[in-house]
Amino acid sequence: MYTTDQYEGMLAETVALRGADGNRVLAYCARPLGPGPFPGMVLVHHMPGWDEWYREATRRFAHHGYVAISPNLYERFGHGSPEDVAAAVRADGGVPDDQAVADLEASMHYLRALPYVNGKVGIFGTCSGGRHAVLVASRVAGFDAVVDCWGGGVVMPTDQLTPQRPVAPIDYTADLNSPVLGLFGAEDHSPTVDDVAVHEAALEEHGKDFEFHMYEGAGHGFFYYHRPSYRQEQAVDGWEKIWAFLGQKLSN
Amino acid sequence: MCTMLVKKVPVEGFGRGTDGWFDMKQANVSWDHPFHAPEEHALNIDFVNESYGPGARVAVELSVDGARQLAETIQSVLSEAEDRGLI
Repeated sequence: MYTTDQYEGMLAETVALRGADGNRVLAYCARPLGPGPFPGMVLVHHMPGWDEWYREATRRFAHHGYVAISPNLYERFGHGSPEDVAAAVRADGGVPDDQAVADLEASMHYLRALPYVNGKVGIFGTCSGGRHAVLVASRVAGFDAVVDCWGGGVVMPTDQLTPQRPVAPIDYTADLNSPVLGLFGAEDHSPTVDDVAVHEAALEEHGKDFEFHMYEGAGHGFFYYHRPSYRQEQAVDGWEKIWAFLGQKLSN
Repeated sequence: MCTMLVKKVPVEGFGRGTDGWFDMKQANVSWDHPFHAPEEHALNIDFVNESYGPGARVAVELSVDGARQLAETIQSVLSEAEDRGLI
């Protein structure tokens, strides 16, 4: 618990790592000052891109005692304003799943190599980032906790599979080896309440460690304070659940 | 990309982006999350020229009614121009 006589400091900066196919991927990294050791968190940005909300969220995790890194999954589409880059990605139907998985795996290894990380690394994502978080934790070993915030497309009908997204993340559930916290809005269109129920049933069937929370009166993106979708009460409760979950799963 | 509802159509014309006018080559039409419109989803049209990079973009985010009215109006205006021998 923070007390007013406590020293606080943070370092936040853009870093670079080698992602899928050895390509350079920029990432935003924030960490508390001090030797640690601190748990690590990979933040997976949402469909609107590697934007200000995600840089703020990265610092928020650092504020709460995590070494946090958020890679730019849209790196291959060039550089410009986050919206312009995200619009180009939207037009192409998103980034390929294999590429996103490799970039996020590289981010996890980046954290694990740092001397001030305690050996535990979780992953957090919202919107498409929630889907990516579930996907990479199912396909790659090395994640100790998953926070999926309203990740649409975990459950995918076969007619929605594409060359970029050839397998529904739910089909990898048997391989998931980390606990999952899921936060969803009952008024969301993607994922719907039914989609979340299907995902929940799959996790139960495979005996996975998870807790899902469905918020009434909230839809998609209820953490986004800059959008009309923001729901103060649900967002505050959601963040509290995140800190409790990660505190339990990522501490030594 | 959350909905995956997107189509690209070649469009010849000019648009005014943040750096001034540029020659557009394509329109990307999607039903997906908008960046500014206060809705979960919108009918988004991005007029772009990919060869100039992601910044060469003229964007609109339309409501369902607005998008339908726009499509009908474009057809109507073009038809009238044809009827008057202007095309």
